[in-house]
Amino acid sequence: MANDVWVYIEHKDGNASPMSFELLGIGKELADNLGSSVCAFVVGENVENIAKEAFSYGASKVYSVEDGVFKGFRAEAYAKAASFLLDKYKPEVALFRATSQGTDVSAASAASLGFGLCTDSIGIKIDGGQIKLTRAAFGGNYTVTVVNEKAKPQITTVRPKAFAMPEKDASKQGETVKESFSIAESDLNTKVLEFIKSEVAVNLVEADIIVSGGRGVGGDDGFKMMKELADILGAAVGASRAAVDSGWISYEHQVGQTGKTVKPKIYIACGISGAIQHLAGMRTSDCIVAINKDPDAPIFKNASYGIVGDYKQVVPKIIEKFKTKLNK
Amino acid sequence: MKIVTCIKQVPDTEAEIKWDIPKGTLKRDGMDPIINPFDEFALEEALLTRENFDGDIIAISMGPEKASDVLRNALALTVNEVHRLTDDAFAGSDTYATAYILAAAIKKIGDVDVVFCGKQSTDGNTGVVGAELASILGFSQLTYVSKVRQIDAANKKIVVERSIEGGIEVIEAKLPAVVSVIKGINEPRLPNLMGIRKAAKIEIPAWNADDLGIDKAKVGHEGASTKVVEIAVPPPRGAGEILKGELEDIANIVTDKLIDLKVIK
Ligand SMILES: Cc1cc2nc3c(=O)[nH]c(=O)nc-3n(C[C@H](O)[C@H](O)[C@H](O)COP(=O)(O)OP(=O)(O)OC[C@H]3O[C@@H](n4cnc5c(N)ncnc54)[C@H](O)[C@@H]3O)c2cc1C
Ligand SMILES: Cc1cc2nc3c(=O)[nH]c(=O)nc-3n(C[C@H](O)[C@H](O)[C@H](O)COP(=O)(O)OP(=O)(O)OC[C@H]3O[C@@H](n4cnc5c(N)ncnc54)[C@H](O)[C@@H]3O)c2cc1C
Repeated sequence: MANDVWVYIEHKDGNASPMSFELLGIGKELADNLGSSVCAFVVGENVENIAKEAFSYGASKVYSVEDGVFKGFRAEAYAKAASFLLDKYKPEVALFRATSQGTDVSAASAASLGFGLCTDSIGIKIDGGQIKLTRAAFGGNYTVTVVNEKAKPQITTVRPKAFAMPEKDASKQGETVKESFSIAESDLNTKVLEFIKSEVAVNLVEADIIVSGGRGVGGDDGFKMMKELADILGAAVGASRAAVDSGWISYEHQVGQTGKTVKPKIYIACGISGAIQHLAGMRTSDCIVAINKDPDAPIFKNASYGIVGDYKQVVPKIIEKFKTKLNK
Repeated sequence: MKIVTCIKQVPDTEAEIKWDIPKGTLKRDGMDPIINPFDEFALEEALLTRENFDGDIIAISMGPEKASDVLRNALALTVNEVHRLTDDAFAGSDTYATAYILAAAIKKIGDVDVVFCGKQSTDGNTGVVGAELASILGFSQLTYVSKVRQIDAANKKIVVERSIEGGIEVIEAKLPAVVSVIKGINEPRLPNLMGIRKAAKIEIPAWNADDLGIDKAKVGHEGASTKVVEIAVPPPRGAGEILKGELEDIANIVTDKLIDLKVIK
């Protein structure tokens, strides 16, 4: 159907990444509004199971391209297959997650189809029959609303967690449409040599809880304390740029305009002043707890709960309380 | 080796931003422009690459007159050649139009082995121009690069590390390639006084749509498929509650409140 809503499903070696069905929820809402269906599309080697899972999260159809050449993610190969599907079926809108994979595939697909896209949407609505996408710009100081009148499908990446994960119902079924599309290995420019799993495996973007340290935690010992609190809560460790630049923690932990954008349910900011560039990355967290010894620190204007004090006293006390209350 | 580096001029984030609301574009005049922070890493990577090979670095920037400043800065850092891509018709370009214009310049430069660009700008913030460039040019698409391990110019190969969710992916790719880099890949150097003095005297050459053989209908407001229709300031979060009292009580309250959210397992 011409005005269907399509959702791109990410996976690693045939296993869908846990949150890749997230967009089927908002996709369904849009489709209902457009009087159409929400469909999933997937490129890979063995993706049968993914199709089944997509149905259980609400997809009514799954379009797939399967071929040995798609074993292991490669942006250019996946983008060629994705744009083949998008060009052939011309859905109304195609949603990708704003992850490295989603961004790579959507950008290359849009470019090969010859039009722009909106990235990192945090709001999607249909207004007068037109799809309006809202995204952050300027480090979150502004939101801009973008329309795409000329292109079909309209392509957008969506910030992880901007919309709720749909309920799973394993009994749901749907139709699978298998398309044959392949590329000769010799026509591809890239080869994946290896994947080195990160020791820290900080998946800040997907974390529900983040304990973040800034310049105020003073060094490695401060981050040991952040880690201790994080471990109790099952949280990831974040950091301000000042802490990263001081060499206390690696860049992959940086939250902010030039770091990662996160949206956990709980963000605990310790010794972070709350500069706009830091806020840019975390201001949409559901609950922000700020611990800072300066009562005038701007972070307090954005915090759900503020604690004025030295983190060296506050954090151990909080750790102690959590240990007792959570039986850890 | 022929190396191109794409540099965007962006407004300083500390500064007040002025909008041309009807057009949905920025009023760039009167704003304090800086080099897009990620592009400093791209430029440094270009300089490091040139140090290992004979070659030239050509820096390009699409932007108004003011964008000459970032190119002059690149000249002070000893890049060999710069071009400002400018035409009234370019204003209001979306990411695709931008990538198309940059690609036209890269084609005009010719025989380019590697293009370095930043992961993302701090104004438009879309983070897709690099991938789009690669797609338009048919070059290898290497994004989120945290390390260039090896370039084999003779065999036209490059090996890079990409920092993605959950770890590092090592990729070997054919040259030419577009490499978009993240922070941490290197430590950008600063220009020296002599470089700055020399660069100050150089006229920054400009290429317009005709020079680039660009169809004006495909770029700018006219050509862009993506249009900004509304700009707003996000609603303030609203300051919450400052917890007061004895530390013991504060710690009790805050931990209770967080446990009540039912997120902690
Ligand atoms: C283009 C650009 C991009 C940027 N991108 C980012 C980004 O992505 N992320 C980012 O974070 N920043 C970014 N910045 C930097 C940003 O402007 C700030 O400099 C940075 O966020 C400050 O980090 P901080 O809050 O940890 O340090 P500071 O501003 O130094 O604040 C430290 C805080 O700790 C408090 N403190 C000190 N000791 C204690 C203690 N014992 N207990 C409790 N509190 C204590 C102090 O009161 C102070 O508020 C960027 C800047 C620019 C110009
Ligand atoms: C507030 C705002 C919101 C916008 N939203 C959208 C949108 O949703 N969709 C859309 O298609 N367009 C959008 N645009 C337009 C878009 O930002 C411009 O097309 C811009 O020229 C390219 O996008 P970027 O700055 O986001 O680049 P990014 O993709 O973030 O930049 C990546 C790299 O590309 C290179 N690069 C980018 N632009 C240039 C340049 N002019 N000269 C040299 N190198 C460059 C740099 O190396 C940079 O590090 C928006 C613009 C603004 C100001």
